[in-house]
Amino acid sequence: MIRFILKRLATFVPVLLAIITITFFMVRIAPGGPFDEERKVPEETLRQLQKAYNLDAPLYRQYLDYLGGVVQGDLGPSFKKPSRTVTEWILMRLPVSLELGAYGLLVALCIGLPAGIIAASRPNTAQDYAPMSLAMAGICIPNFVLGPLLVLVFALWLGWMPVAGWDTPAEKVLPSLTLGAVYAAYIARLTRGGMLEVMGQDYIRTARAKGLSETAVVLKHGVRGGLLPVIAYLGPATAGLLTGSFVIEKIFQIPGLGREFVEAAFNRDYTMIMGTVLVYATLVLVLNLVADVLHAWLDPRVRMSIQ
Amino acid sequence: MSQPDLLENAESGTSLWQDAWHRLQKNKLAIISVVVLTFVVFATVAGPWIIAATAGYTYRDQDTALGASSPSLQHWFGTDTLGRDLLTRTLYGGRISLLVGLVATAVSMILGVTYGAIAGFAGGRTDQVMMRIVDVLYALPFTIFVIILMVLFGRNIYLLFLAIGAVEWLTMARIVRSQVISLREKEFIEATRVMGFRSSRIIFQHIIPNTLGPVIIYVTLTVPQVMLLEAFLSFLGLGVQPPMSSWGVLIEDGVRTMEEYPWMLIFPSLALSATLFALNFLGDGLRDALDPKAAKE
Repeated sequence: MIRFILKRLATFVPVLLAIITITFFMVRIAPGGPFDEERKVPEETLRQLQKAYNLDAPLYRQYLDYLGGVVQGDLGPSFKKPSRTVTEWILMRLPVSLELGAYGLLVALCIGLPAGIIAASRPNTAQDYAPMSLAMAGICIPNFVLGPLLVLVFALWLGWMPVAGWDTPAEKVLPSLTLGAVYAAYIARLTRGGMLEVMGQDYIRTARAKGLSETAVVLKHGVRGGLLPVIAYLGPATAGLLTGSFVIEKIFQIPGLGREFVEAAFNRDYTMIMGTVLVYATLVLVLNLVADVLHAWLDPRVRMSIQ
Repeated sequence: MSQPDLLENAESGTSLWQDAWHRLQKNKLAIISVVVLTFVVFATVAGPWIIAATAGYTYRDQDTALGASSPSLQHWFGTDTLGRDLLTRTLYGGRISLLVGLVATAVSMILGVTYGAIAGFAGGRTDQVMMRIVDVLYALPFTIFVIILMVLFGRNIYLLFLAIGAVEWLTMARIVRSQVISLREKEFIEATRVMGFRSSRIIFQHIIPNTLGPVIIYVTLTVPQVMLLEAFLSFLGLGVQPPMSSWGVLIEDGVRTMEEYPWMLIFPSLALSATLFALNFLGDGLRDALDPKAAKE
């Protein structure tokens, strides 16, 4: 297992290098620059700006300098928000997005798992159809529709919740629900499918024959095998939670990394774009690895195949 | 039995597609979805013309004196802040949303099917390298690259097709590859080799047509995903640009004014969600119909 993890970690280096390279040159090739203002900046100021941001060096030189900085954890100065460096901005914004993502995942698991297990315990009855229809609704109602609708109903019409923000616990409810809903829906469907497959197996019949109560059969023996598809889905899901937060942070005006990234992209803030992309890519890679390790740890078949 | 009767009986054996059609017909949700989708396509294509001909306004005709008005007999979905008829705008936006959904899915299908078929057919080292690339791409935060692309290279609709198509082809490549690997060993493919066909001819004429079932299922399920991605981008202000409009654009408009004019959020949201519902149900129904084994699970 250690070897598997180390091997995967080793692949991170070329992947991240490729991402940095692609982003760097994509941003540079694109027409327009960070200092294209409505009114023309004097030639001299422009030259000084370019000098300050190392934009006057040859492109390959800039690229190498940037790589050197990245290795030392220095993502450069922000072009548009010079009060802090990119690293500082990211350290400030990332915890908010991570917190939001964690709550989203929590919502997804806390709603999705029970819903799937309940549905699978009585397939093709009302007890199955009701949660599965809700799950379909969760998949078909995008989060940028669900979020505003929740705000409209619970904040504006009923006045139970704050409209936006990210300071008090009450302000965190609607964004977390909105972010987690789609994943709750997918997890419910996967759980149901996994449980139905497992509950037909011989070892479940053995458990029943031993005289275990149905609850014990489902929760002790069924869930273990039935949740494997969900575990495999967690990798892609966490990646989705991260990008999903772009929209959520916009709707609820949360000062997270997602909003920072979209803003940076609009402003052509080169260093900020590259920094946030790098952080997101690293997160996605690490979270995928964690999900895979978890999967291998729980499923002996997967463990065998990676050894 | 006379000769024609015999022929008739000989023809009455059911093919895979007839079987699938029968199974699909029994699936009420899928049939309702087909009806809904037909209606949506008809309404979005013909609707704006009909309204223009009967009521006399188009999606961009403003009536600033009227401003935002709630749904009425004159304007069934109400009007937006510029006094533009929301029904017309929703239908017109749907046209763009559906167009993006179809074209970008087609792009992803062409990419995915070709890539998967080549990898599966070549096998060995080539296959390993090609699929390893797909694995790596899977791990990338693609949405982020699409956002950067759209911001940097101008927000035109052709780039949107390409960018979205480039994101969604990976799963298609995997599905097709595994199909092709199982087909590759079949006798009829061996026969084409014996006959000395070129690899490209074998792939495109004999292998790909036989992967059609799973491809159709996955395409039906990709269209809603693509439409979602388009709406997501448009919502962030990166997709379709005014005066063109799509459901994502309209929803974004609606969110900004939802406190005063909730109908501007509700109707486009309903249109998008209903279409996504229908596409998903139809995709599930097709899967059950074309692949009865998977349906039992």
